[in-house]
Amino acid sequence: MSAFDKVAAARSTKKLTSVDYINALFGESFIELHGDRNYADDKAVVGGVGMLNNIPVTVIGLEKGRNTFERMERNFGAAHPEGYRKALRLMKQAEKFHRPILTFVDTSGAFCGIGAEERGQGQAIANNLMEMMALKTPVLSVFIGEGGSGGAIALAVADEVWMMENAVYSVISPEGCASILWKDSSKAAEAAECLKLTAKDLFELGVIERILREPVAGEQKMFESLKLLICRTFEKNLAVDGAELALRRYNRFRKIGRQEP
Amino acid sequence: MDLFTFIKPKNELEKSNETDVKKPYVPDEMWEKCPECGTLLLTTDIEENLRVCSKCNHHFRLNARERVEMIADNDTFVEMDKELESVNILDFPGYDEKLEKSKKVSGEHESVICGTCKLDGIETVIVSMNSEFMMGSMGTVTGDKITRAFEYATENSLPIVVFTVSGGARMQEGILSLMQMAKTSGAVKLHSDAGLLYITVLTDPTSGGVTASFAMEGDIILAEPKALIAFAGPRVIEQTIRQKLPKDFQTAEFVQQKGFVDKVVDRRHLKKTLVNLLKIHNYGEVEAQ
Repeated sequence: MSAFDKVAAARSTKKLTSVDYINALFGESFIELHGDRNYADDKAVVGGVGMLNNIPVTVIGLEKGRNTFERMERNFGAAHPEGYRKALRLMKQAEKFHRPILTFVDTSGAFCGIGAEERGQGQAIANNLMEMMALKTPVLSVFIGEGGSGGAIALAVADEVWMMENAVYSVISPEGCASILWKDSSKAAEAAECLKLTAKDLFELGVIERILREPVAGEQKMFESLKLLICRTFEKNLAVDGAELALRRYNRFRKIGRQEP
Repeated sequence: MDLFTFIKPKNELEKSNETDVKKPYVPDEMWEKCPECGTLLLTTDIEENLRVCSKCNHHFRLNARERVEMIADNDTFVEMDKELESVNILDFPGYDEKLEKSKKVSGEHESVICGTCKLDGIETVIVSMNSEFMMGSMGTVTGDKITRAFEYATENSLPIVVFTVSGGARMQEGILSLMQMAKTSGAVKLHSDAGLLYITVLTDPTSGGVTASFAMEGDIILAEPKALIAFAGPRVIEQTIRQKLPKDFQTAEFVQQKGFVDKVVDRRHLKKTLVNLLKIHNYGEVEAQ
């Protein structure tokens, strides 16, 4: 599969979304919590609490929607500032109760629009990056589809970042990159190759910790083993002092692109 | 002035001046046209006015060093990590050439300079981005230099002033550029948790991954008049929503009105404002006693 094939696979509407993962992993224990307590409830971000085996967990996902109606309602997974602020509210709540945080990333990017700018899209993302870095509770991010730039990293300042084998994570869309570089968005396939955005590339660059085999709908055995893997990681990190965990998280990012003096 | 000139009506006096006194000859390179109001200004006058148009207050762009010179006390700037420079880590096509060209045009190694300086005697860490170097885009070295500056400020209990100007993350370094958003934000957080002051000065244009990280994380966020401050640039938004944007959308004044900038400050009052803020936060007291 070429890099651009991976992009197409990551964008496929047949793919499982965050809600699918949450349902398969949390079952009936999941309770959705709404709103950023400030402006609105952004449906591009779904969040709540539930049990993962015996561990209470806060789970947050960028949700693209599973059919046309849902996709419209969820703005195709492109969150507004209130979506990122809702996510942060739930993460702070998790920290208070020392619950680990699981995030699912699947977005083409943070929404670009008048309202999003007026309500501080940049500030909302910036604040998430800063606050997530200091959370004194475990954070794990799983990329299940598209990881579009600032809109993706705003939910991915984590102790570990995992990616499904067909997920991508990039600073810019291949189309955007091609149109800036070569003034020709049809050269997206070439750009995708250059950007090094596949799970394998990112693993080699030291940006992610794990590549996962992708479960398909109804394949409960796959979800069970994913659940086990997540629980084991949380158990390991719950044993670490919160401040130490935050420091490790900072060092995880600190080393990326570190220059020797 | 003789009596005849004295009793001459004023308008005639002006007329006579025009014919009698020849305009001084000024070579072309000494003029600069204000891009905002079109007035021809003497380069020396602009320089004296901190590169602000005397007619319409348009703030001309400054490079990183000009900004530092504008606020630092004379000869107090000590640069850190000057030698660090980007390499083409991802082997991205055309990036080597672009880096070479940017180095030549800007005379700098990277899109940011960092160091320490004094503001009215108050020791401060200063970070200044450069639009002349790949439009101030943030690559790994940019991110690392900024992170180091924050870490230095934290270790030495110093306040920090950051001038931002950027098109966003540098796509030629792919995901590694994106990671710098988290890294710099982490360094800001550690500085902030140590109880230290961070002032941002947003200049034209500040956008993308820089807006969505350290630019918006200051304790106090200042901006230059009319500076474009955006997450997504106006063209991207127009393409996405397929409609024209309102006039003055995303200007510093607009962003202040929306609640994301503390104060739009005229460049000529910037140093005074910064010094005042530093003093209000109890910096420089030791020197004063």
